[in-house]
Amino acid sequence: MAKLAGKILIVVLLGGFLGATLVRFAPGFGVDEEELDTRLNNQSVQAMRDAQGHDRNLLAFYSRYLAQLLHGDLGVSRTLQRPVSQLLAERFPETLKSVGLGLLVGWSLALPLAIAVVMSRAWLLDTLSNLLVSLLLCVPAAVLALLFVLEQVPARLLLSLVVFPKVFRYSRSLLARSSSLPHVLTARAKGLGNMRVLAWHILPTAAPQLVALAGVSLSLAFAAAIPVEALCDLPGIGQLAWKAALGRDVELLVNLTMIVTLVTLLANSASDLAGKYFRTGDA
Amino acid sequence: MKKLFAVIVFAIFAVSVALAQAGGELRFCLHSEPKTFNPVLMEDDSSETIRYLTGGVLMRVNRQTQEVEPELATSWKITDSGRTITFQLRKDLRFSDGTQFSAADVAFTMQQLMDPALHSPTGDSFRSGDGKVETRVLAKDRVAITFPAPISGLDKLFDQVAIMSATSPLKEMAVLGPYVVAENKAGAYLILKRNPNYWKHDGNGRQLPYIDSVRLDIQQNRDIEMVRLTHGEIDFINSLDAEYFDKLASSDPAMAHDAGVSLDTEFMWFNQVQNSPLPAYKKAWFTSTNFRHAISESINRSDMARIAFRGHAQAAIGPVSPANKFWFNAKLQPHPFDQKAALQLLAQDGFRMQGDTLHDRDGHAVEFSIITNAGNKYRERMATMMQQDLSGIGIKLNVVTLDFPSLIERMTRTFDYETCLLGLVNTDLDPNSVMNVWLSSSENHQWNPSQKTPATQWEAEIDRLMKDQASTLDPNQRKASFDKVQEIVWQQEPFIYLVNKNALSAVSTSVRNVHPVALRPQVYWNIDQLSLTSEVARNH
Amino acid sequence: MKWARLISIGLLVLVAAACLLANFLAPAPYAHQFRDLPNAAPSHQHFLGTDDLGRDRFSRVLYGTRVSLLLAPAAALLSSLLAGLIGGFAGFVGGWTERIVMAATDLFLSLPWLFLLITVRAILPLNVAPMTSVVITFALLGCLGWAGAARVICADARTFSQSDFVLLARASGSSGFRLLWRHLIPNLKPILFAQFWISIPVFILTEANLGILGLGVAEPLPSWGSLLRELESFSSGSTQPWQFVPLILFIVVVSSFHLVLTKQELPA
Repeated sequence: MAKLAGKILIVVLLGGFLGATLVRFAPGFGVDEEELDTRLNNQSVQAMRDAQGHDRNLLAFYSRYLAQLLHGDLGVSRTLQRPVSQLLAERFPETLKSVGLGLLVGWSLALPLAIAVVMSRAWLLDTLSNLLVSLLLCVPAAVLALLFVLEQVPARLLLSLVVFPKVFRYSRSLLARSSSLPHVLTARAKGLGNMRVLAWHILPTAAPQLVALAGVSLSLAFAAAIPVEALCDLPGIGQLAWKAALGRDVELLVNLTMIVTLVTLLANSASDLAGKYFRTGDA
Repeated sequence: MKKLFAVIVFAIFAVSVALAQAGGELRFCLHSEPKTFNPVLMEDDSSETIRYLTGGVLMRVNRQTQEVEPELATSWKITDSGRTITFQLRKDLRFSDGTQFSAADVAFTMQQLMDPALHSPTGDSFRSGDGKVETRVLAKDRVAITFPAPISGLDKLFDQVAIMSATSPLKEMAVLGPYVVAENKAGAYLILKRNPNYWKHDGNGRQLPYIDSVRLDIQQNRDIEMVRLTHGEIDFINSLDAEYFDKLASSDPAMAHDAGVSLDTEFMWFNQVQNSPLPAYKKAWFTSTNFRHAISESINRSDMARIAFRGHAQAAIGPVSPANKFWFNAKLQPHPFDQKAALQLLAQDGFRMQGDTLHDRDGHAVEFSIITNAGNKYRERMATMMQQDLSGIGIKLNVVTLDFPSLIERMTRTFDYETCLLGLVNTDLDPNSVMNVWLSSSENHQWNPSQKTPATQWEAEIDRLMKDQASTLDPNQRKASFDKVQEIVWQQEPFIYLVNKNALSAVSTSVRNVHPVALRPQVYWNIDQLSLTSEVARNH
Repeated sequence: MKWARLISIGLLVLVAAACLLANFLAPAPYAHQFRDLPNAAPSHQHFLGTDDLGRDRFSRVLYGTRVSLLLAPAAALLSSLLAGLIGGFAGFVGGWTERIVMAATDLFLSLPWLFLLITVRAILPLNVAPMTSVVITFALLGCLGWAGAARVICADARTFSQSDFVLLARASGSSGFRLLWRHLIPNLKPILFAQFWISIPVFILTEANLGILGLGVAEPLPSWGSLLRELESFSSGSTQPWQFVPLILFIVVVSSFHLVLTKQELPA
């Protein structure tokens, strides 16, 4: 357990550093749109540029950031000019709600549908569900967002439409493969009913990969939260990440990268452990 | 029974008539989160919206008549050849939290504004010369402000100065304007409620504003904003896209407002920075007036206005839009669209057509790129239209859209670009507000910033003329100088002006007394006199 | 159903042929702006009408299909192969290697790669050909898109490597590489195919979204992404039915890819 925590810590810190590197060396770092205000005289413009310049040395920035972090200070966002910790505290619940709802609805639609398709073996259901998935994958999120607003559906549910197709497709493949394994065929031949075959043979075999999929779908949902929140103007950390990216706000982006890394690692470590349980239980 | 019924109906009717002009919540959208509530530091659009709605100013430029009107100051006098302005203030006014208003607050605001460490853009507008700005409190209701050098158009500048309280514990949140910030859900919305101590009353003695509260939703997505307007969730859109205007004009014409040409301009320019990383032959092209003229005459501006802006724009002639009635130089002719004449101009510089491609005198094929900010549909369209126009004279134009920070970096730091397409949003009529665009030593002199000495004779001439117009108070003399600047710009075309957009807005019919204008803020410039009809069937 | 697959293959061949023959089939150059006819309705000159700059939409769909249908599957192939290699190898070998590779994958998933794309665009010269810049964008997307699938593949490979089947194969003397090639990869095929055909629309839409940052295809070259962006303001009511043709084509092609690739998944 301690080893795991140590590993997570190292990776998260590395993630923060790499994220800061990516931001620092991208073009447009240290410029501010406000410089173009024609009312400003030369000294003001120069002062603005100097103010942006103090984070140019990456190592110095990161070591200062880590030192502050030990005191619980996450820094101040340069684009929104407020403490990062305050911004995160305000916006995290919003994103958690969206991601949670998205995953819940997405999985509740995807898994039963995948099971139904695999168990019923009806090609019509298969084709229709595949068309639905293709449709959802192909329609741009911006169009879906507008559709939601037109029909007055809460914008948060858009995330579930992003999660659903991918979860459905992978789980369908996994379940289909499990159901064609020798011991399942044997069980069927022995006359075991559909539900029992599903519960005792198909699901447990596919369980480790399904659990891995669950972990991946969490990081997928988080990644999808960024464009969805930016499109629908939901005040979560996804929208914050988008604005920070556009403004090259390295303080915010370092923190956000570390949070995303942490969430991804935790989700995937949890699914790894769960997967191990399924496997040992199975054996 | 019938009588009772009639009485009840009458009562409801009477009450609703009485309520028709009071109460309600006005809802519209901000496109980004306001960065600050300190009026002195405000630079972004959203913060300035908050300032307009909550800040009390000494005098206000009436957006409809373009004349200055008294607000917190009942009268003022400019003396000392434009160096000193003395205000007579209204008596017995209070801030939103009850703190007394007096001349000391004006002095405090000026001191904050001119603080050299803050670099307030509004403050920079007042910085006419070196030296301190002195504010003298002459009485509780009289204050005199003296500037180190004369400032022409001094009175209109105070439209941007929202007076802060020197003594209130709420600091910048105590305001003198019609509304006060009541709720701020970061990133989501702001609610402003009426200022209980607002000093303005209407002709019948009723305290303004009529509308009780204003809800500002933070909505960046313009498509969603439009849907919300048609659903009745918001009451107006301050600046509307041309496509949506057309749709609204056909489905709901009473809601669509075209206030005519605005002050905004869209233009492009060539990189003329001497030590830019461009090859020498390209620098030679871009610094040649004939070349720039030829490009300008090869671009079909009327097509741009007709197609890219759906007809809601007009071809631009120079830096000043015709909406700026006083300062626009009406003698200037529109730039012709004449590709034959353009080729003749280019021939003077040694350019020759070889097959379908234009080559310079050294044999280089004429090809260059234009950068513009990605995500702006109008600019992307204009650049693509220019691509086709310039291919008509054998020039290959590459359109490169960049995200804004990358664009700014190329424009101001690395100078690694060839041409740039951008626009200017003008809120101020006075040429002093764009002084920093025309002075060759300025950082914002986009085609060749921060020159130690003027690189060309005509730039030196523009420097002289701009300083001339800033140093006299006589409007006619100023106009003569600035007209000359516009002529030089027309001849030399450091900026190739393309179009002036129209001011389009959409307002729900339930908002009364709305008169959209071309100056910003287009719809709610008279916010304290707007009212909402009490529609029972309105869906929230 | 066999005939569904046949129809899909036929459709894909038809679409591929149409875009390869675009030079002959297109009624007008894709970049030419018919300035008198912006937003025109379909007519015998312009089968799908014109876009907001007066360019023939049918020609743009043909050439856009060429760009997207060539590049998106190539990028999807790249990302699927990378996912298969990295995830498969890690899962099969197991132990420390697997843990390190998976931790690196998680890290990879979390980084803001947008900045890499912006940086690469900045390094490219401004006068680069539009086709070159879009090829580079898709290549980058392919290199960056493997991480999500790698985990699932890793779990899959791990399970497989611990199965009786592999124990038997090992016992009978099959060496590591042979095992990998003959047994592991065929077993991973369903997941790899799923990853492949899901990535195609994801990459096309990503290219469309990157257009907002100027990282998509450059004017005047069309791509499905840029054609789909026309639909973003469909609520303005000025969106006509024929503007949805690129979207319908997109859905049909993606479904066809899917049907073609999922042959014997469902037990008969």
